[in-house]
Amino acid sequence: MDTTARISSEHGLPGHLVDFVAALRRHGVSVGPGETIDAARVLGALDLIHREHVREGLAAALLRRSGQRQAFDTLFELYFPAALGAGSGEVEVPRVDDAEGGPVDVDALRDILADLLRDGDTAALAELARAVVDALGRSGAAGTGIQGAGGRPSWSAYQALRMLSPETLLARILADLQDATGDDTAFSDEVLRREIRARIAAFRAMITDEVRRRTAEIRGRQEVAKSAVPKQIEQVEFLSAYAEQLAQLRRTVYPLARRLASRLAVRRKHAKRGTLDMRRTLRRSMSTGGVPMRPAYRTRRPGRPELVILCDVSGSVAGFSHFTLLLVQALREQFSKVRVFAFVERADEVTHLFDPGAELSGVMQRVLREADLVAFDGHSDYGGSFGSFAEHWGDAVTSKSSLLVLGDARTNYRDPNLAVLKRLVAQARHAHWLNPEPRRQWGSGDSAALRYADVLPMHECRTAAQLTAVVEALLPV
Amino acid sequence: MGRVSAPQSPLFGSVADVAERLSGVGYLASTAVATTVFLADRLGKPLLVEGPAGVGKTELAKAVAAATGSGLVRLQCYEGIDEARALYEWNHAKQLLRITAGQGKESWDETRDDVFSEEFLLPRPLLTAIRRNEPTVLLVDEMDKADVEVEGLLLEVLSDFQVTVPEMGTIIASRRPFALLTSNSTRELSEALKRRCLFLHLDFPDADLERRIVLSRVPELAESLVDALVRTVRVLRGLDLRKSPSVAETIDWGRTLLALGLDTLDDEAVRATLGVVLKHQSDAVKAAAELRLN
Repeated sequence: MDTTARISSEHGLPGHLVDFVAALRRHGVSVGPGETIDAARVLGALDLIHREHVREGLAAALLRRSGQRQAFDTLFELYFPAALGAGSGEVEVPRVDDAEGGPVDVDALRDILADLLRDGDTAALAELARAVVDALGRSGAAGTGIQGAGGRPSWSAYQALRMLSPETLLARILADLQDATGDDTAFSDEVLRREIRARIAAFRAMITDEVRRRTAEIRGRQEVAKSAVPKQIEQVEFLSAYAEQLAQLRRTVYPLARRLASRLAVRRKHAKRGTLDMRRTLRRSMSTGGVPMRPAYRTRRPGRPELVILCDVSGSVAGFSHFTLLLVQALREQFSKVRVFAFVERADEVTHLFDPGAELSGVMQRVLREADLVAFDGHSDYGGSFGSFAEHWGDAVTSKSSLLVLGDARTNYRDPNLAVLKRLVAQARHAHWLNPEPRRQWGSGDSAALRYADVLPMHECRTAAQLTAVVEALLPV
Repeated sequence: MGRVSAPQSPLFGSVADVAERLSGVGYLASTAVATTVFLADRLGKPLLVEGPAGVGKTELAKAVAAATGSGLVRLQCYEGIDEARALYEWNHAKQLLRITAGQGKESWDETRDDVFSEEFLLPRPLLTAIRRNEPTVLLVDEMDKADVEVEGLLLEVLSDFQVTVPEMGTIIASRRPFALLTSNSTRELSEALKRRCLFLHLDFPDADLERRIVLSRVPELAESLVDALVRTVRVLRGLDLRKSPSVAETIDWGRTLLALGLDTLDDEAVRATLGVVLKHQSDAVKAAAELRLN
């Protein structure tokens, strides 16, 4: 089937737009029919020759939050591709012995890539990415065993990137640039290095996009979109997130905390008027002959509890614990005092690492390095940790403090030590457990979640969105 | 969807026209900005601009006003702003004077009809923007600072460009203003409000655009220095900082270097002036460590 016929919609442009909107909805961007009509009006008002105008115009009509942009862009690339097939680029991919359609000459190609990366020529890089993916998919590369499978071209970002390995060009480009500029202080070095790294990352993304586009032409857009479109960051599950997503998540902590704080301020304002204070009202009525002219209200004391956090920092839940600690830290003003205890096999206080103004991006590594958490094998032991916590810092939990336990309650089949936890919970004013595991897995295998849940309320916090909702509900008015 | 855009000639002819005329008044617009401004004008919808502080959200409204020769009506939102500050208010003192002056000479009906007329109405920004006959840009600044109730107030104004005063009836815009709302997203605006607007997330500009912006704002700077400046700021944005430097900081940095008479951005210059771009002490410490400034 012809490519154009395969990817075109039977209802023309409006049909195509509706398909696109449907794809957005499938990926969690809620777009109403009103917005779709707006999008159609946008397409009517714009000159469709300019692809970037169409992209920005549709984004303006369809999106409502900045977090949705990534999913939008990926889908836009699939539904409004910049080119069909190989496109009509000017860039020639070098071949071995200059044979037309022969295997790709990898070394020569890397030379070209290095030059383009050095100059930071984005447009040329994009064209190169397109040509490289096309050439590799069709004819393979020399000496790498990658062969375009005769009849059917195959596109693979992994193969293309492994062959080009743009990262290894870094040192070479850096040396080139240093020769050109002549200054080589540590600072200018570092700035250059980071700049080139960003360019390389952008090039990697171009290759991935290109492969996605070509694959979509063969296998259909929906198929590709299913795996390619990134989840919105608040919907990413803590336990399955990879490093980059966690880093991205941590960047959202401050805006999140600010939003939470302002929502709390509104709640406080609305709850300001307390109940009638009978005693003081009667007292006041004395001066008016016993007629209660001016009622007195009970003033609310701002509740600023002390917070005691007990968090599991073992490998599996470290990402979740880190994010939650950052969030609590950002909300510090809501508490009179925060004490943080980390545990794996036993507990240790790490409050000093979370001092105001402390550098928090590498804090988890410091916790693991500096605190005394491991006794034997480094697997989490909830029972032992609660025991050691109660023994050494049991007095940290008072009738003024709220106790927050973070962890997945997977005890590795050791004693959950419910008795100690019960005692701690009884000492505290409030106690809550935040669990990053889905509720249906609680109690399965070595999870003692259900047994702990009998002792204190346990909340499911799989994603940042869920965590925010829980924290908001728990914060005092 | 009941609203039909009033027959009114659009302010801009094309996306390129937007970019050109905005740059004519000193606002260099990215493709995203030019496209959405063009669409907001064409489709007659308000434009909701969100983004970090210092990327030129308020500036955009001023630039649109200057480029089209419109008057700028600004509603600055703050916590506790209400109808009387945003929409209109009756001038009570004047009404009382009028009643006392007319005492004994006219009937109740006449007095009542008279004190609730134009003369005693104090228009606030929203009503002012609706009633103006000249081209108008209505800027609702920092929408997220206002309470949720104010959003409800804006709905009528923004979707139908009309204001209802119970005593007088509905005032419909004779000329639809170009409405622009800004938000720092300290809270989520309501869906109802967002649905009525086109949405623009204004982010840091790309390197080339930022270079041109700095050059146009601080023309005395040498081009090579601006280049180094912009590159350094972009690297800083790549770090995991509490507050990433925005365009306003880049411009400030340029001015600082100019004032200090520095003409290259070497280690010492950066070390001495890093405080201009990074406003948190922890950020400055971190950047210095990561960029090996020590």
